[in-house]
Amino acid sequence: MIHSLFLINSSSDIFLEKHWKSVISRSVCDYFFEVQEKAGEAENVPPVIHAGHHYLINIYREKIFFVSVIQSEVPPLFVIEFLHHVAETFQDYFGECSESAIKDNVVIVYELLEEMLDNGFPLATESNILKELIKPPNILRSVVNSITGSCNVGETLPTGQLSTIPWRRAGVKYTNNEAYFDVVEEIDAILDKTGSVVFAEIQGVIDACVNLTGMPDLTLSFMNPRLLDDVSFHPCVRFKRWESERVLSFIPPDGNFRLLSYHVSAQNLVAIPIYVKQNISFFETGSSGRLDITVGPKQTMGKTVEAVFVTINMPKVVLSANLTATQGNYTYNPVTKTLVWDIGKLSQQKLPNLKGSLTLQCGAPKPEESPSLNIDLKIQQLAISGLKVNRLDMYGEKYKPFKGVKYVSKAGKFQVRT
Amino acid sequence: MSSGSGFGDEKGGSSSVGEPEYGHDPASGGIFSSDYKRHDDLKEMLDSNKDSLKLEAMKRIVAMIARGKNASDLFPAVVKNVACKNIEVKKLVYVYLVRYAEEQQDLALLSISTFQRGLKDPNQLIRASALRVLSSIRVTIIVPIMMLAIKEAASDMSPYVRKTAAHAIPKLYSLDPEQKDQLIEVIEKLLADKTTLVAGSVVMAFEEVCPERIDLIHKNYRKLCNLLIDVEEWGQVVIINMLTRYARTQFLNPNVNVKSDLIKSNPLGEKAFYGSDDEEGKEEKAEAAALAKRKPYVMDPDHRLLLRNTKPLLQSRNAAVVMAVAQLYFHLAPKAEVGVIAKALVRLMRSHSEVQYVVLQNVATMTIKRRGMFEPYLKSFYIRSTDPTQIKILKLEVLTNLANETNISTILREFQTYIKSMDKDFVAATIQAIGRCATNIGEVRDTCLNGLVQLLSNRDELVVAESVVVIKKLLQMQPEQHSDIIKHMAKLTDNIQVPMARASILWLIGEYCEHVPKIAPDVLRKMAKTFTNEEDIVKLQIINLAAKLYLTNSKQTKLLTQYVLNLAKYDQNYDIRDRARFIRQLIVPTDKSGALSKYAKKLFLALKPAPVLESPFKDRDHFQLGSLSHLLNAKAGGYQELPDWPETAPDPSVRNVEVPEWTKCSSREKRKEKKVEKPFYSDSEEESGPTESADSESDSASGSGSGSESEESGSGSESEESREESESEQEDKEDEEDKRKKKKKTDRGKVKAPAVESPERFFFIFSRFRFLILEVQRLASDSCSLRTSCRRWHKKTIAPSGSVKTYELLHRITGEGLGVEYCFSRQPFSPDAHMVAVQIMFTNNTNAETKNLHVEDPKLQSGMRIKEFPEIELLPPGEMVTVVMGIDFCDSTQAANFQLCTHIRKFFVSIQPPVGELMMPVFMTENEFKKEQGQLMGMNEISEKLTLGEKCQNEHGIVQRVTSAANVSRSSCSSSLKSNLQVCRKDGVQWDFSVGYCDGDWHNAGEGYSTGPNPVAP
Repeated sequence: MIHSLFLINSSSDIFLEKHWKSVISRSVCDYFFEVQEKAGEAENVPPVIHAGHHYLINIYREKIFFVSVIQSEVPPLFVIEFLHHVAETFQDYFGECSESAIKDNVVIVYELLEEMLDNGFPLATESNILKELIKPPNILRSVVNSITGSCNVGETLPTGQLSTIPWRRAGVKYTNNEAYFDVVEEIDAILDKTGSVVFAEIQGVIDACVNLTGMPDLTLSFMNPRLLDDVSFHPCVRFKRWESERVLSFIPPDGNFRLLSYHVSAQNLVAIPIYVKQNISFFETGSSGRLDITVGPKQTMGKTVEAVFVTINMPKVVLSANLTATQGNYTYNPVTKTLVWDIGKLSQQKLPNLKGSLTLQCGAPKPEESPSLNIDLKIQQLAISGLKVNRLDMYGEKYKPFKGVKYVSKAGKFQVRT
Repeated sequence: MSSGSGFGDEKGGSSSVGEPEYGHDPASGGIFSSDYKRHDDLKEMLDSNKDSLKLEAMKRIVAMIARGKNASDLFPAVVKNVACKNIEVKKLVYVYLVRYAEEQQDLALLSISTFQRGLKDPNQLIRASALRVLSSIRVTIIVPIMMLAIKEAASDMSPYVRKTAAHAIPKLYSLDPEQKDQLIEVIEKLLADKTTLVAGSVVMAFEEVCPERIDLIHKNYRKLCNLLIDVEEWGQVVIINMLTRYARTQFLNPNVNVKSDLIKSNPLGEKAFYGSDDEEGKEEKAEAAALAKRKPYVMDPDHRLLLRNTKPLLQSRNAAVVMAVAQLYFHLAPKAEVGVIAKALVRLMRSHSEVQYVVLQNVATMTIKRRGMFEPYLKSFYIRSTDPTQIKILKLEVLTNLANETNISTILREFQTYIKSMDKDFVAATIQAIGRCATNIGEVRDTCLNGLVQLLSNRDELVVAESVVVIKKLLQMQPEQHSDIIKHMAKLTDNIQVPMARASILWLIGEYCEHVPKIAPDVLRKMAKTFTNEEDIVKLQIINLAAKLYLTNSKQTKLLTQYVLNLAKYDQNYDIRDRARFIRQLIVPTDKSGALSKYAKKLFLALKPAPVLESPFKDRDHFQLGSLSHLLNAKAGGYQELPDWPETAPDPSVRNVEVPEWTKCSSREKRKEKKVEKPFYSDSEEESGPTESADSESDSASGSGSGSESEESGSGSESEESREESESEQEDKEDEEDKRKKKKKTDRGKVKAPAVESPERFFFIFSRFRFLILEVQRLASDSCSLRTSCRRWHKKTIAPSGSVKTYELLHRITGEGLGVEYCFSRQPFSPDAHMVAVQIMFTNNTNAETKNLHVEDPKLQSGMRIKEFPEIELLPPGEMVTVVMGIDFCDSTQAANFQLCTHIRKFFVSIQPPVGELMMPVFMTENEFKKEQGQLMGMNEISEKLTLGEKCQNEHGIVQRVTSAANVSRSSCSSSLKSNLQVCRKDGVQWDFSVGYCDGDWHNAGEGYSTGPNPVAP
């Protein structure tokens, strides 16, 4: 299956290599560099590259290419999912999955990779098992370790690997027993020039942070479970219960995890929390253009829309922008040709407006393409789909846990065409 | 960790700053010496007796390996620490060892003994890790050691160690492919494992070592289906992919009665997938009528089982699992059920862009065959300006595939916005997509054409050029109506510079010069002027245009053509010179001009077929979806072809698993009741998890168990009476023969009432390679407690044989008059002592002679052998012939499958040995028995359920039923034997008994046992 892994940074430096079978020379990456050069932008590098006798399957995350070498048939998604899992594990361990973090913790990285794959086939990928095997670094421990000479490899053998619920450690103990659930919804939408909805859907997740003693068995129910159109679960969720009763019944992993992701499709009429009026035009003569954007709240269910950003990728000929914003600030980056308008909170009374002129390259013809607006926003304490958690029950343990649910809605891929 | 360590500068220097200096080139002298020195100090640290120093050194070495630096010269110093007490040092040494052992084979051998010790450790995790490292050391000389270790680990009590053994199999295989046969044996054994932990890993090993041995899956098929949901994600992917292939070989095509390429052949007139009942229904009826002779399709229950058990996995968080299920449904499910995967696949599009890329490739292939499935999700494929170009182009492909009359207007509107995009590659792809929609959907052809013509005035040349190329293709379909467009394009030649576009325009004008008789010569005039500056493809088209005009309008263009041809004659490119010469010969009439020139007009102005604009994803579905080969559209190494559906279904009974089914029942029972734990069952106790796995298993067993149960009870009742009778007869006869045999029998308690309170047990002991213990307990309906009461036993050495039961091999109806029965004759099979003698009786019930009866094409589990009977030349009508063949079942209860051939037909038959027929009686004393019993390791057990009728209430009847079911007979036994065996309970008159047997390592057993593998019947 997975033969080797190379980590490559943005300056085409191979800064880590790991082989699970016999060693493959790093020259195999030349194929990758060739394709990368042809593709130009990192996101356009095809995930699967045929490289002579090998195949390179790569992902791009946090400015790092994870390039794995494959020798024979394997489902590409298998490898891609695994590589993302590796990246997430690094994130989990080091707080960030950056080149410097990996270089600083190269020994832990190596130990992790060693445990995660055996002969190229995934062995231990559950974060709870890994953390039993290899303790994540923290400052206190590294100080203690350097004094006492003790190590960051777990002394006890990981029993989780043997259990049928590998996601949970045995013998978990907390003084404060807490279970928090964050319902996060993202609105994916495309609005056309006139502001009418071309396509809209809601993608939601429930992220949980569960610190509970022992082996609790939780049941989470919703006020309106029918809303959820399509769901995918953490393996701990009992599928049969969901099928029959529409409740989430599970023995939770310890710590942070994603319990559920769901989808509320366009059929259920997605509420669009804001409207945008825009007019971007370029003149035939005079190498200039006009821009006028107004943003206002709509269908917000009484909540405030916060952290509103409007990002526009301008055509290449736009040299600069001379605008005035009635609220917030704007910046125009002439290199990447991106205009960012940071609006902040939207208020009902005064609608924020951005207006002014654009300067084009002298002599260049009027651009024919129309830039689109990407909107970012956030609404606290509201799940835009209307999903509500009804109750959380715990069985199997005697204590009373502290429970909490938080809702937040955000813009996902929210685009306004012009 | 390195940054926070107390070694501060020294170490920091080595890990980040210092090393690159001496990097790759150890040959250059000065640098090498400093390198040497530096390693010297590492060696010193490794040799010290402080763990912290060793750890520090190892960390630095691992950091070197991670950056691809050579650290092989430290090998001796590192290997010394392989037995270090500190766990982290040990782990890092393992990392080093696995990396460099291949290069330093001799030195690596020094470490082997450490791992061999580890393999014997009482802690399962240490055993597992020792095996893991040992098998990762790629040194050929240790292949036998690895083989031994794997074999041992494969029957380890701990499922985790067995999992590791499964992982080690492909490692050994890649090191020495000659071990394949032995490894297949281990795989076969592990495939029978019933823990979720092992399942994924062993299937992975199967796929790498022997994917062609699909017969190994038969017996495990149902179990794998049922375990699937509890296997870890990565294992699920591998299992699902393998089962897809398996199902393709074993089941019938569920869509066989549906016209399979309905959509393909009729892309326009097809209705939406879901709403297609009426029309499709009609079609189907017509089809069905045509296929009236064919049997109506009934889905194999095993096929259904697979579809049912994989469906929940569409909800997995792991994209690879979802994709695996999706491809399984696409390849295996009846057409009406495939729809469920669309939603899940659309969900994956929210994931990382790499996942999107792969999913879209697969969706693109699916949309060609099954468009209706994705139509409701059309809008999910709309393109955002922020998508990467490669994703945009794939989405475009999907949208184009999804286009039909009902949605084309929406799609075209969408395409219009895409044309304004800043991404020019994407715009070009959009124009092509519009062209494809226009060719596929007649109604919108004009609209598309008009839209494309408007694009001709676009400022961007790429857009114009692409439009020209697409328009050219569209015009070919109906040129008469569009002479104005051709005129418009003729004007473009003044401005447009892209060679491909210029060439396309020229071709169009030449091809349809009759529609634009005035413009065409003028265009040629202009082109003649610029001929020398044109690109090669344009030059070729100018020559073409000239030739065509010469043929149609020679008056006006004769001179121009001559001029162009003269220019071409001296062109630098030989293709063009060639073409010019060729055309001149063809069109300009001379004295010597050949016969061809008469046909010049026909040659040049023949009606050309309109091009078909096809999706590049067409026919990609002959690769298994979701595979690397599908993505690359080329066969990748190790790709297993997805076989075509068989014409007739292979025998479904090969998947009937009587033995493992019993096993499952009893082990589950045991778990639920939480009865007695005995040493030799302890490992199965370990396996059982608290909640979920038990749940799912109980479901599964109840589902699939019922079938085999009923079969057994059927056959049991049939032959029961005859068995009892013949038993008593034969008892005396075989008494003397089988003196070595010993059995233990209960003292008969006074059992009268149906609900007996005191438990009753019987023990039977046999041995061959295996040890078999059978035990029965009877309890009152409400009591499930185990009583370990002592009983008195009589010691007696008797050797009663069970009845010789006759089984049917081939019914005379299915055999078309040839009836075949067999029995286990319980005689030694003289040609080969390892084999069990099977007596086969052929009866010819027909009126014709049957000739050339022989065995062919035996399909055997690995290790099993067959000794065929000599061919029967002739079997006259009404006659009966008896022959003896030998089968070495290799101590398994797996069936031996083979074909029975006559001169006209072949019949698939299988012989499955009842447990008792594999055993050889051995004499042993009770103490010996106990000793043996103590050494048993639990790996396998067989259980069977008996239902006692009213007449069997007395003890004797019960005993007979039990003995006959176990295919053994009673013998006496002595003194008191305390049982610590396992008990299964069923209420009232139902009895369970279980037979545990295992692969005892016979070498360890005490003396006095016959270890010879003589198959003597009990």
